Amino acid sequence: MNKDIYTKPFFLTNPITVLVLGICSSLAVTVQLKGALVMALSVTIVTACSSLILSLLRNTIPNRVRIIVQLVVVAMFVILIDQFLQAFAYDTSKMLSVYIGLIITNCIIMGRIEAFALGNKPWPSFVDGACNGLGYGMILIIVAFFRELLGSGTLFGFQVIPASWYMENGGWYMNNGLMILPPMALILLGCVVWIQRSIQKELQEK
Amino acid sequence: MNTNSNVYTVIYTTILVVIVAAILAFAASALKSRQQANADLAKMKTIMMAANMGQNPDGSVDKSADFMKLYNDHITNAFVVDAEGNVVEGVDAFKDIDLKSQFSALKKGQEVKLPVYECTMDDGRKVNILAMYGAGLWGAIWGYVAVEDDNETVAGAIFDHASETPGLGAKIAEPPFYTQFRGKKLSDAGQFSSVKVIKGGANGSENGVDAISGATMTSKAVSASLEQWLGAYKAFLTGRPAAKECCGACEGDSEKECCCSENCEGECDNEPVNTEKDE
Repeated sequence: MNKDIYTKPFFLTNPITVLVLGICSSLAVTVQLKGALVMALSVTIVTACSSLILSLLRNTIPNRVRIIVQLVVVAMFVILIDQFLQAFAYDTSKMLSVYIGLIITNCIIMGRIEAFALGNKPWPSFVDGACNGLGYGMILIIVAFFRELLGSGTLFGFQVIPASWYMENGGWYMNNGLMILPPMALILLGCVVWIQRSIQKELQEK
Repeated sequence: MNTNSNVYTVIYTTILVVIVAAILAFAASALKSRQQANADLAKMKTIMMAANMGQNPDGSVDKSADFMKLYNDHITNAFVVDAEGNVVEGVDAFKDIDLKSQFSALKKGQEVKLPVYECTMDDGRKVNILAMYGAGLWGAIWGYVAVEDDNETVAGAIFDHASETPGLGAKIAEPPFYTQFRGKKLSDAGQFSSVKVIKGGANGSENGVDAISGATMTSKAVSASLEQWLGAYKAFLTGRPAAKECCGACEGDSEKECCCSENCEGECDNEPVNTEKDE
């Protein structure tokens, strides 16, 4: 199998920073690392599994209803994830609320199925889906790390900025309220794109 | 085989949808009891938190607390009352009352069923835990208020929300806001009154708490919902029926009982109070 399948989704064709897909959810669920991590895993499972199933079915799918068949399979996985979270991770499921259900509208999933899974064998499709999900998740975690650290002073809910630094305790530090709001996620995302493009020169337009 | 023929397409999609439906139906029914248990536990947690149980001294959640045990040990009675303060028989306060539908009944002035949880504290004192539900800025807000057995002093309160702005309105669910309610009075100069959320600071007022700066709409919504629900509970708390809905409707409508002169509190306001925000 071509090793590009493993590496490209993380850098050269990263779904968020290069293809600019899945922006909406990356703004919504990156307030806390925990939410971002669960979202990243959910999207990875959905892209990987639906790519696998649709790649297995690829020679039987009637071409005219192709998109609908894809949607049915993707929706099934999304609902299963939602049900499992409600049963086994109730607090996280409450926190992510509608965004788990909205995974189905994440363009990365349909994009990878259309562009890759329908024309390739099951195993490469599975890997491609998983790596794209993880590439998406990687950016989510980076953004969530800075938003949670600077916006709430915590990481995964644990206080990392010493309590004595805070102004209300007589210190000099204050959490940045803007970090908690979605616009700051977009600005951080822009910074990530900027850094990536300045390192990977081949992404720069001539 | 021709995968583009109509017959093939119809049969293919039918089989696919049936399989998917079967998988989903199986998953949903297999996980239902667990999900319900989670939802119940979350509700028990909010109820107990209102009575200041399962909390650290600063009011934050004690993560080691077993809320189901706390609930079963301390909630000695749960019942449902109506707006006249009478107990409604045959209704389970915990399972049967959906606060959202009671909220819409309350708004329309229909008959409401209000849950009351009687909680026996460690020192033997009894407090009544009352429910609240309303429309916040972006979505629903709800909470519980615990009232001491003098029916006047607030023992504690807790709020939660569906989608208030993180860092602003969402602070209603954080200890610095809800711990302010402890010890507040449900009275103002001898008259029954709800606890008010006051913009600009309550300044030690007996029945007021500080609003959250930057979250005026959510603060107002908490204040309005408390007023609405505690108003409905008034008969239960004070033993006196609540003032009837006033008042402009009397004019030209002889069918309706005119209440302006008798039971009405305060100024009549002809404009309907619109508690529903854009949702």
